[in-house]
Amino acid sequence: MSEGAAYAVKMHHVTKTFGKVTANKDVNLELRTGEILALLGENGSGKTTLMNMLSGIYFPDHGEIYVKGEEVTIRSPKDSFALGIGMIHQHFKLVDVLTAAENIVLGLGGKVTVNRREINKKVAELAQKYGFELDPSKKVYNMSVSEKQTVEILKVLYKGADILILDEPTAVLTPQETERLFNVLRNMKKDGKSIIIITHKLNEVLAISDRVAILRKGEYIGVVNTAETNQAQLTEMMVGRPISLEIDRPQAERGEKRLQVIDLTCLNGDGVKALDNVSFEAYGGEILGIAGIAGSGQRELCETIAGLYPSIGGSVLYSGDHDGVPVQERILGLKPDEIVKKGISMAFVPEDRLGMGLVAGMNMTDNVMLRSYKANKGIFVDRKAPRELAEKLIGELEIVTPGVDTPVGRLSGGNVQKVLLGREIACQPSVLIVAYPVRGLDINSSYRIYDLLNEQKKKGVAVIFIGEDLDVLMQLSDRIMVMCGGKVSGIVDPRKVTKEDIGLMMIHAEGSQSVSEDKEVTA
Amino acid sequence: MLNTLNGLFIAAVLAGTPLLLGALGEILTEKSGNLNLGVEGMMFMGAITGLAGSYYYEQAVISAGGNPNGVLSAAIALLTSFLAGAGGALIYSFLTITLRANQNVTGLTLTIFGTGFGNFFGEYIGQKAGGYVAVSETTKKAFSGLQIPGLSDIPVIGPLLFEYNWLVYFAIIVAVVMAWFFNRSRVGLNLRAVGEDPATADAAGINTTLYKYLATVIGGGICGIGGMYMSMVTTSGVWVHDCVSGYGWLAVALVIFATWSPARGIIVALIFGGLTIMRMYINIPGLPAQIYDMFPYIATILVLVITSMRQSREHAQPKSCGLNYFREER
Repeated sequence: MSEGAAYAVKMHHVTKTFGKVTANKDVNLELRTGEILALLGENGSGKTTLMNMLSGIYFPDHGEIYVKGEEVTIRSPKDSFALGIGMIHQHFKLVDVLTAAENIVLGLGGKVTVNRREINKKVAELAQKYGFELDPSKKVYNMSVSEKQTVEILKVLYKGADILILDEPTAVLTPQETERLFNVLRNMKKDGKSIIIITHKLNEVLAISDRVAILRKGEYIGVVNTAETNQAQLTEMMVGRPISLEIDRPQAERGEKRLQVIDLTCLNGDGVKALDNVSFEAYGGEILGIAGIAGSGQRELCETIAGLYPSIGGSVLYSGDHDGVPVQERILGLKPDEIVKKGISMAFVPEDRLGMGLVAGMNMTDNVMLRSYKANKGIFVDRKAPRELAEKLIGELEIVTPGVDTPVGRLSGGNVQKVLLGREIACQPSVLIVAYPVRGLDINSSYRIYDLLNEQKKKGVAVIFIGEDLDVLMQLSDRIMVMCGGKVSGIVDPRKVTKEDIGLMMIHAEGSQSVSEDKEVTA
Repeated sequence: MLNTLNGLFIAAVLAGTPLLLGALGEILTEKSGNLNLGVEGMMFMGAITGLAGSYYYEQAVISAGGNPNGVLSAAIALLTSFLAGAGGALIYSFLTITLRANQNVTGLTLTIFGTGFGNFFGEYIGQKAGGYVAVSETTKKAFSGLQIPGLSDIPVIGPLLFEYNWLVYFAIIVAVVMAWFFNRSRVGLNLRAVGEDPATADAAGINTTLYKYLATVIGGGICGIGGMYMSMVTTSGVWVHDCVSGYGWLAVALVIFATWSPARGIIVALIFGGLTIMRMYINIPGLPAQIYDMFPYIATILVLVITSMRQSREHAQPKSCGLNYFREER
């Protein structure tokens, strides 16, 4: 039956609501047999929800689903496997304490006992067939992100899936790993598999897909052939109006040295060096981008500077001025409130917005007040000033909220970020550290954030921007520091290097020599 | 000296067995991601229902003019105590798995409920029996030490290993079977996945609700059998007010000490059993009895400190333990 059907999957008039929120409204989607279909849409446009209805995680409220020409009811993940559908989730669904092979056979029928030697052998054979490298007996918690993804893909292949759904598979990969993944996907396509890839990265859509289906705010906008489209058209369909994709990099006078970090070293929980002799300088009037694979020490770096993480060596020097008086301080080892007391105006926007940055259950006024209430004299706090500031932020940053009294946890990701960034900027910092400020934000909000950062740069603030999207980093930053395994692989001018150069630096800390070696190996 | 040590070992085994059963029940429960703090309550429920099962069986047989059968009486105690513990766990499962109530609160409530249940019916049956409730000699004999031909006659080793009541061997067999189940069987692998990461298990097509219900209910039943040991062996078939008192909590501590491994549980139960009865065998002059009672808890705290410092991923509580799972949560 699968041979004859021209369409692997057809979804007709599918609707799904969560309470009052409509995640998908009357969506139609068709996946042809043996094609790679990109599902494009902004965050919150309902891509993942739609796919979860194919994988049996959610059940549609209305609509029909046809798989290989027959109408089906998918009530659970089990039903989904039975139809040959396999989904690779954005957040890996792997059990940490089990091995790769154990994860792969999880939930499958078979003999009462688990024969580990046999399943290891089978998994190794399958990995070899598609060109993956994997040790089947390795525990998942010892694995790198790309290894985990390999396990995820092997998991669905092992179950014999011929319809694969990948939810933002490249979000966590370096450019090289992405290219390797795309090669595997092309192999699978040759093998006759039908693939849906969810993404919001336009260049990847154009590189890998045959057709592109676009969702906007839960609604189906249309489908286009990849060969007949371009970035501008896709963006317009995705956002609903034409939008400039250029990120502005205003020229600003490079100011004074604000922050000097020398040989900073700190350990992670396991006693391994999370930062290893990190040295760099940040100047006023520039954006210093920090690139690296997730977990290369970015988090420890900004938390150490902000006084939240212990270090075992090195120093951090701050120079700026406080009410016209020059301040020069060693800030390493000081607690955040001690740093504030010394008159240092430094702001930190952590990656964990609702955990470290804001209190989700408190409203905007109270969250704004958290930054300033200690300055109040006596036992009472002044609510008026923070309230005014909160109202001002709503107006200036176009924050969508019912009002200053709504708990910030109820706002969308982009608005939460605007509250946090707005509050920090309101303190008029001379050093601004932002970690993954656009993670999970849609295009409009992201560009608003870039504008805010550029405004700060023009004011002479030293901005340290930790990012994950290399395209953004290269367009926005004045300099990029690349980190790998807690070390600085180099500080480069984004106007003079390519994305591939930075990608290689992200996986090799030892400078240019090993980079060229690697090129020969992969060539 | 050697006699004292032998005596201490035998007493430790006897005292450790109800702890082992309670801990095995809780390990099975926690492996499914449910932290059931109602062990004490389920043991109380098992203690009274086991005793009542045997008692009413005997009364029925005697009033019919027959002679009670010890083996049958023991089997009835085993069944009723298992069902009572499983019943308590079923209430817990319905509240936490289906209604998604807070696990800690539900477990503590079950402990309070079970304690009251046990003591109330213990007193009630005692009142009706004319003062106190006790099983006959036949049943008592069924719960006393075995004489295994050949094995029990081996000098030194015989009394040390082969003269216990049948529940001791039952508990060890349950531990061994459970260890095999978690490490070697497919269903055990699936259960561990449910306890570690229910969303992953769900996506892999495992029926998480069914696994959680079964593990929790069977685990509760095993805890109930542990309680039955208290009323049938420890107090020799007589209902003693508050007879379980604290053993359920020790069993929860034992789970941590055994780092969620049924096989290690056997050794740890022996240590805990030894610590609880140590004051009767090793007398340190001037040391109050209350200090002895603290030993098992101090040992648990030390183990918690050590395991937390090592931060081992594999010797830790299942990751989703204490958290309820709802598939469509966003």
